[in-house]
Amino acid sequence: MTEVSGNECREKHELEKIRIDHSLAEELKDLCEEEFFGCYQCGTCAAGCPFIEEMDLTPDEVIRHVIMDKREVLSSKTIWLCASCYTCAERCPRDINITKLMEALRQIILRNSVDKTDMSCITDEELKKIPQIAFVSLFRKNIG
Amino acid sequence: MDLLYYPGCTVKTSAKCLETSGFAVIKALGHNLVEMEEWNCCGVVASLTDDDLMHHLAPLRNLIHAEDQGQEKIVTFCDMCGNTLKQTNLRVQESEENLDTLNNFMDQEEDYKKSVDVQHFLEFLRDDVGFAKLKKSVKKPLKGMKIMPYYGCTMLRPREVAIDDAEEPRILADLLKSLGAEVIDTPYKIECCGSYHTIEQKDLTAKRAYRISSSAQKAGADAIMLSCPMCKFNLDHRGKDAESLYDGYKQIPVYYYTQLIAMAMGLDIEECGFDSHTVDPIPLLKEKKVI
Repeated sequence: MTEVSGNECREKHELEKIRIDHSLAEELKDLCEEEFFGCYQCGTCAAGCPFIEEMDLTPDEVIRHVIMDKREVLSSKTIWLCASCYTCAERCPRDINITKLMEALRQIILRNSVDKTDMSCITDEELKKIPQIAFVSLFRKNIG
Repeated sequence: MDLLYYPGCTVKTSAKCLETSGFAVIKALGHNLVEMEEWNCCGVVASLTDDDLMHHLAPLRNLIHAEDQGQEKIVTFCDMCGNTLKQTNLRVQESEENLDTLNNFMDQEEDYKKSVDVQHFLEFLRDDVGFAKLKKSVKKPLKGMKIMPYYGCTMLRPREVAIDDAEEPRILADLLKSLGAEVIDTPYKIECCGSYHTIEQKDLTAKRAYRISSSAQKAGADAIMLSCPMCKFNLDHRGKDAESLYDGYKQIPVYYYTQLIAMAMGLDIEECGFDSHTVDPIPLLKEKKVI
């Protein structure tokens, strides 16, 4: 059911291009001033996430990966599936804005000139029907 | 009353029916929407990283132009435009430093003086017109129509710019009641429609549409009413796509709230642009004798 843009080989190659000089937490400092070390892994974010079935890491696992400086989080599908619906941010009992954390992780990748969108799959008919806000959102979210 | 109106790109193109029906309603209520001059794309999604001010430029420029036109309020139909404009407005209200940086960068524009309030058209109907008054304008109540109000994300979250409660919103339900419809409530009313994944992950979005629409149907709904053009496309069009993924599934019609108000007020059906919908919304209106 899930179609994730690109393929795993390409993504692995792309991730090799990403330069990270510090720990993930350090890299995220300027991007997202959230107290994610306060996460106590309750899973409320995962329980309410509309895309949870398609994700390889649950949102609380993403936070745990960041805390443990596990950089493979940058190759997870989860951060690209997040569509910034803010449900997790709204419900987090520790008031961590996970929506912002997901965006910051995407930005680490995008700012290394790795784009995540392939428009070749769109038919002309779809191009005429899909609302403009969808295109602008996709480009804003997936292109650096 | 004249109101300054910010359209955004989608209501001028693929969601024209939201604009035409909205204009018909506001005219019938005795107000006038005046499209603002020199508006530009709002950027659609708010900049979420702390160090990224660049993506606040586009929304801020619109707020500056509203100020240039001597207005303290702009009204939008599009949920995503409303959300993005409100988030930028909030950011510069909270950070004088950020506002200075943005003002200095746009040296061809006047400085933003933080005087503009961004209002969703639904807020205008609830707070300025009032649903009780709207009810008095109803000539053809939507009697017998069982409708699920669908809120989606951007009118409810983040909470700082929400127009209603994020978990238990009632604005659309209250509106439906004032139009004489029966409200069908389901927990999926506040869940994401799949948003921009509709471009690259059609099946994923069709699955979202199926989840939301089928929950409405199981609860007895024969239609959905919403506000956001992104949600409208996903529930209506991707919902139709879902028919080929789920045996026996049939997508129900999806209406903009402006269209249902227009029908309930007995306005010209041509203003509703129903021919642009994927699932034909007219048969249900005929069946329930609204038209």
